[in-house]
Amino acid sequence: MNETSPPRRRRRAFDWSTAAIALCAVAAAATVYWRDGAEHFLAIFGSDLTLFGEMLPKVLAGCLIGAFVTLLLPRELVARWVGHESGFTGLAVAAFFGFLLPGGPITIYPVAGAFLAMGADAGAVVAFIVSWTLIGYTRALVWELPFFGADFVIWRIVEALPLPILAGVLARIAVRAGFAREPGDQ
Amino acid sequence: MTLAVNILLWLVVGALAFFAAIRGRVLLNNGARDGAVEFILLLPRIAIGVIGSGFVAEVLPKALIAPWLGPESGFTGVVIATLGGALTPGGPVVGFSIGAAALKSGAGAPQVIAYSTAWALYAIHRLLIWEVPMMPARVVWLRAAVSLPLPFIAAALAMLLAKP
Repeated sequence: MNETSPPRRRRRAFDWSTAAIALCAVAAAATVYWRDGAEHFLAIFGSDLTLFGEMLPKVLAGCLIGAFVTLLLPRELVARWVGHESGFTGLAVAAFFGFLLPGGPITIYPVAGAFLAMGADAGAVVAFIVSWTLIGYTRALVWELPFFGADFVIWRIVEALPLPILAGVLARIAVRAGFAREPGDQ
Repeated sequence: MTLAVNILLWLVVGALAFFAAIRGRVLLNNGARDGAVEFILLLPRIAIGVIGSGFVAEVLPKALIAPWLGPESGFTGVVIATLGGALTPGGPVVGFSIGAAALKSGAGAPQVIAYSTAWALYAIHRLLIWEVPMMPARVVWLRAAVSLPLPFIAAALAMLLAKP
């Protein structure tokens, strides 16, 4: 099943947006140190370090789950299911795969493009992308959890659950009303 | 809570590793290696973001955040947060660091949810850098258009389902 393996992501340990945040963090830390003293500085540093340490096992688990799902789930099969289903089931299937498929934008958008090529309608593709963005577990586990903690993230995801289907329905209404066309139409 | 989440996650990891092992040792090794590499590459970003957001929250002007984005700011706060989310550039570290810092400095949870939902769905730079080159433009704009109300719906649901 080599042909279904996802494209390699170009990953570096550092990038410009991280550098910008690092600069802000250093400036903020220096401000706290000069304004409030070393004791306050160390108290904040200690509590954030603890938070970071507690999150590491979850982030590692998220990375491993993402890696194994990528290897175990053939992408062509996913595309076929989403492409051939329509109606409400099609939206639900697309939203489910948005939740399930790991990876960043560089792996997700080509998959969405494959859905279109295999005959999925715009509603299903919209449901898939919104679902990956808002309730995809790798994003939540790897990125959101360290910053916000489990309670907040679970609570936010509960509120996001209806949104992918809703976005898919809205997209279908827009297409049907003539505000937008199906990607296949000329 | 944290322990339960950890146990659940590692049970899932164990189950997936088991299925990979059934399909062959190479698959098991590849999965473990890919996951570990991803984790190591992510570490510096998450460390900077998490440790940094504590300090950034400490220096943010709390006197400004509370009235504009606090729990009492209501719908206006949600609108400001949504606009802020749409205009925030950069990768995941940026959006989540800002959201976490705002939450620590007194922003309301529904407002922070509106911010991170808007930023995740239609941050302008992301549409241009990632989505437009890889998808038919028509689908991208349709998706962005139908996503417009979603941060407001998420915030409204958050206000209804008061945070535990």
